[in-house]
Amino acid sequence: MEPKNQQKNIVVIGGGPAGIEASRTLDSLGYTVFLIEKEDRLGGHLARWDRLFPYGTPAGDVLGQMTASMGRVKWFTGTEVTQLNRLERGYNIILSNGMSVLADALLLTTGFSLFDASRKEEYGYGIYDRVITNADLEDWFSGIPVPAIDSPRRIGFVHCVGSRDEKVGNRYCSKVCCATAVKQACEIKEKFPDAVVYCFYMDLRMFGRGYEDMYLEAQKKYGIIFVRGRVSEVSEDKDGHLFVKAEDTLAGKPLRVTLDLLVLMAGMTRNTAVAPIVRALELSTMEDGFLKPKDSMTQAQSSYAAGIFYAGACTGPKTIPDTVAEAKAAAMSINEYLRDND
Amino acid sequence: MIDFGYGISPSSAINLERFDRARFDRLCAEEPDVLKCMACGSCAASCPTAGHGNMNLRKVILLLGRGCDSDALAMTRSCMLCGKCLLVCPRGINTRHLILSINKIYK
Ligand SMILES: Cc1cc2nc3c(=O)[nH]c(=O)nc-3n(C[C@H](O)[C@H](O)[C@H](O)COP(=O)(O)OP(=O)(O)OC[C@H]3O[C@@H](n4cnc5c(N)ncnc54)[C@H](O)[C@@H]3O)c2cc1C
Ligand code: SF4
Ligand code: SF4
Ligand code: SF4
Repeated sequence: MEPKNQQKNIVVIGGGPAGIEASRTLDSLGYTVFLIEKEDRLGGHLARWDRLFPYGTPAGDVLGQMTASMGRVKWFTGTEVTQLNRLERGYNIILSNGMSVLADALLLTTGFSLFDASRKEEYGYGIYDRVITNADLEDWFSGIPVPAIDSPRRIGFVHCVGSRDEKVGNRYCSKVCCATAVKQACEIKEKFPDAVVYCFYMDLRMFGRGYEDMYLEAQKKYGIIFVRGRVSEVSEDKDGHLFVKAEDTLAGKPLRVTLDLLVLMAGMTRNTAVAPIVRALELSTMEDGFLKPKDSMTQAQSSYAAGIFYAGACTGPKTIPDTVAEAKAAAMSINEYLRDND
Repeated sequence: MIDFGYGISPSSAINLERFDRARFDRLCAEEPDVLKCMACGSCAASCPTAGHGNMNLRKVILLLGRGCDSDALAMTRSCMLCGKCLLVCPRGINTRHLILSINKIYK
């Protein structure tokens, strides 16, 4: 550890998995780290999830491990950046708690926003009582009451809600929702063993280690029924049951089913909370609004601006292992940058 | 019956409402591996009846799982139980045995 690193300030904006992991790594390299989180707790989206794919690891355990040793990191919750100025060397950052920091480097770990499922009106989120999202279901698994879940016997999961959809401006795949759907389908089947559970998908993207095993288990152990076809519309009967239309594209036939619960796999979208920072620093974004790294192959953690770095879902949909790896990589990129600019 | 010169064909839509799962559940109990099918189509591609008969094991499995029994059973009649599909199934399903069980349970 370089003793003089302590004289260097690094401001990390966003206290989700990316921000936490990067802050801890930078701290272990000896830097003085300020971690800024606007919500009143650290953890970002990880703090909202119950169990994680593919192995069902409790999210609380993962977050607990990450935050167990924050070292000398100075972290602030319920705090936002109110002003940001570029100096000749580094940045001057003023926080909503009145603090002002002269930062030698800045790391953005502002993450993503969950797609607003009510924008896909044909699925009826916010209109029909028994339509919920993946995030609502995580709440329920964590013990928060969700009135829509009332001993359902027929349950459907809709993949790709707000992803792979040019009409809502999101052409990309959100990467995590196939695995989340399969995980949640098994979990809900465990809670309601007599229920019939369907997954409506276009492609099943089970790319990660352990994901294919999870899919196989969903089929064989839990009897989840996979229907290849996008749900085209949902309507409600007078008792609140949901009438669902899709094409079973593998059979080449239209398919109709009535359900007691429909779970929408809302995707990951850009976080608009980073917009003021993007404007103040004139950062580049991609056409879908995620932050644009300097080079997606070899400099994925660097921005186009000197001394500003990115990690995690702020540059696009990512899993937690992806995010944690990027956080470590960002810490190393910052370390190299500060060493070379000394 | 009056002949109007045209007929309305019965709806070919899949209606999961009217699907009585009992027989399919019996098939699953006897052949649990049927649930592992990932609809890759290897079986249908390698089937010697391809292009001659209408046997398509991928579709048979799918249609039975959707309650379209008669469509499925019409296909199995062209199968000659050669077992070629068993060699190519990536999920290791004993397809030949499965077809025999289908013929038994749905007879
Ligand atoms: C339904 C669902 C389930 C998932 N399940 C899994 C799973 O089982 N396994 C898995 O590996 N991955 C899962 N993921 C993905 C996982 O949530 C992400 O990989 C992870 O949250 C990304 O971490 P992050 O730190 O980049 O972003 P986030 O978790 O979004 O954290 C960003 C943080 O930055 C803060 N912030 C943003 N802007 C500002 C600002 N201007 N000022 C201050 N603070 C700010 C936010 O409040 C937030 O706390 C899931 C995703 C979804 C949508
Ligand atoms: S991960 Fe699956 S559900 Fe999510 S956008 Fe991609 S294909 Fe669709
Ligand atoms: S066993 Fe039947 S379905 Fe399989 S390859 Fe032979 S003829 Fe085709
Ligand atoms: S080869 Fe096996 S997995 Fe593929 S469609 Fe046929 S039965 Fe299903």
